[in-house]
Amino acid sequence: MITRYESPIVEVVCRVIVPFVQVFALYVITHGHYGPGGGFQGGVILAASFLLLRLCLGGELAHQKLPPRLAIALGAFGVLLYGLTGLVPMMAGGQYLDYGHLPIPGVSGAELRYVGILIVEIGIAFGVLGIMVGIFDNLVERQS
Amino acid sequence: MTYLPILIPVPLLLFAFIGTLAGLWRRSLAYGAALLGTAISLGVATAGLVVVLSEGNLHHFLGGWDPPWGIEYVLDPLSAFMAMLVTFIGLVVLIYSRQSLLHELPERVVPLYVLKLLLLAGLTGIAVTGDLFNLYVFLEIASLAAYALMAVGGRQSAMAAFRYVVLGTIGGTFYLLGVGFIYFSTGTLNMADAAQRLPALYESRAIMAAVAFIVLGLGLKMALFPLHVWLPDAYTYAPSAVAGLIAPIMTKVFAYALVRMFLTVFQPDYFRVTLPVTDIIGWLSAAGIVIASILAIAQRDLRRMLAYSSVAQVAYIGLGIGLANPLGMIGALLHILNHAFMKACLFLIAGGIRFRTGLVDIPLFAGFGRLMPWTMAAFTMAALSMVGIPPACGFFSKWYLVLAGLDAGNWVFVAVILISSLLNAVYFFRVLEQVYIRPLREGVAEEQVREPPAEMLAPILVLAAGIIILGIINVVIVTQVLYPVTEPLR
Repeated sequence: MITRYESPIVEVVCRVIVPFVQVFALYVITHGHYGPGGGFQGGVILAASFLLLRLCLGGELAHQKLPPRLAIALGAFGVLLYGLTGLVPMMAGGQYLDYGHLPIPGVSGAELRYVGILIVEIGIAFGVLGIMVGIFDNLVERQS
Repeated sequence: MTYLPILIPVPLLLFAFIGTLAGLWRRSLAYGAALLGTAISLGVATAGLVVVLSEGNLHHFLGGWDPPWGIEYVLDPLSAFMAMLVTFIGLVVLIYSRQSLLHELPERVVPLYVLKLLLLAGLTGIAVTGDLFNLYVFLEIASLAAYALMAVGGRQSAMAAFRYVVLGTIGGTFYLLGVGFIYFSTGTLNMADAAQRLPALYESRAIMAAVAFIVLGLGLKMALFPLHVWLPDAYTYAPSAVAGLIAPIMTKVFAYALVRMFLTVFQPDYFRVTLPVTDIIGWLSAAGIVIASILAIAQRDLRRMLAYSSVAQVAYIGLGIGLANPLGMIGALLHILNHAFMKACLFLIAGGIRFRTGLVDIPLFAGFGRLMPWTMAAFTMAALSMVGIPPACGFFSKWYLVLAGLDAGNWVFVAVILISSLLNAVYFFRVLEQVYIRPLREGVAEEQVREPPAEMLAPILVLAAGIIILGIINVVIVTQVLYPVTEPLR
């Protein structure tokens, strides 16, 4: 059976690192549209933080932080967020994925596209997070 | 109206993920989501076909970026026809699959519905996209979903699916390589734009290599003989409801992509005069029709027989493309439609028999005709259509292919079509003989042999009725939809 490696050092280091990894992930996600980074990279870093928890704390404790079903749900939600961000401008009279037509009050032009791509990046990040964690959970799942 | 092209794949994609969320909450809701998404898509595709026929092509520019910079989605008669075919077969097989999947794979229904929607999204996407690279993206979405769907049937299916993964990936990669060559020669990925720029470069070796890669890649994907080796095992061991979905439409959509390359991206003369592409496709297909039909006769397992028959029938489509005249193209495209109905019907029947009795070997089907009258009547209908007896639709596509062969003065192809009809008759009448004439075998429990539940029988009967209806209205389809498509060939 696959189990965690029990060591107080690993556990403490993991507990210290994970919050920083997650903050860095959020930074990468939110800067993706005007700098290096983005939803894919940020999503992977975010997923890595949860995978680190699963590796160091073992299944039960880590699953409390992010249950496997929630991970899948987040993944599906992320892709839906992307798809709907495409659909909404179409209802507002633009084309599919035409962020310039997103009906967000108070912003327009380049700024509106900026907000649109940010929403998409967040959607991608959720999607990647869900898939990475989902694959990991699937691989280590106990054979019944 | 210009939003119709994008609205065909998008509901399928979105409902795949709505289905995931709903399925996490209540397992049975995934089925409803799949059904709803496919129904919306079918509605849009039908509306799209009607609009396109009356008002001309529809273009949608993704993200508001005009081509050739942005991704363009195009709905013309051919793509609307393909999208409608894919979503219709998808909907019918989805209705069938609820009982079938609950019986075969009760644990995995949610991911299976999601994958089916992704597969349909990929296939409709290939139909509506007007961008070479976007086509590759949809090709991969469809293929990845298909690999996973085929692999869940058990130990043997995992092996078969792995083989398909290897060959399918090679096929996809070849296509991508070809597109890469086109891109660095012309600087564009838009199909219409590439069609404008390519004629000046027809002497370039890079473009010739691109054609070779693309034809080979799509040939692998559509299981064009002799690149079909992945197909028989994959179809045989896949779950019934999966084989019923993949067998009728997947190889056809890649055939459509090949037709798209032949007619839209390149000029037909490049494929039939400058490079001998259509000749090669035609002769290989002719060989494939005969060899695959003979192999089908040799099979005991009904599903395997149908799989080899699929190879032969895809080769008919290849033969029509290979003839490269308007009648041949009409025959090939009509056969895409007809064969989708016939093969879906046959695979669903094979699944229905397996659902009730667990049997797959043809000799064990003896005497089933009396006990499953409706199922077997539908089987007879589909079999007659496969052999090519009017008024079943299978007759008409073969008729156009024969006419095209005569038109081209290619007597070998005409002979091949006629011989293969006889071979089809041999392997289908072999089944009919067992079913209707032989008495029930000992050891086959009579009380198990009954009609599948209504939810499974209804799709089978709808498809069987569709075979007749398509036969009757084929003139409308040919004159309204397919004849204009062959314009570049005239």
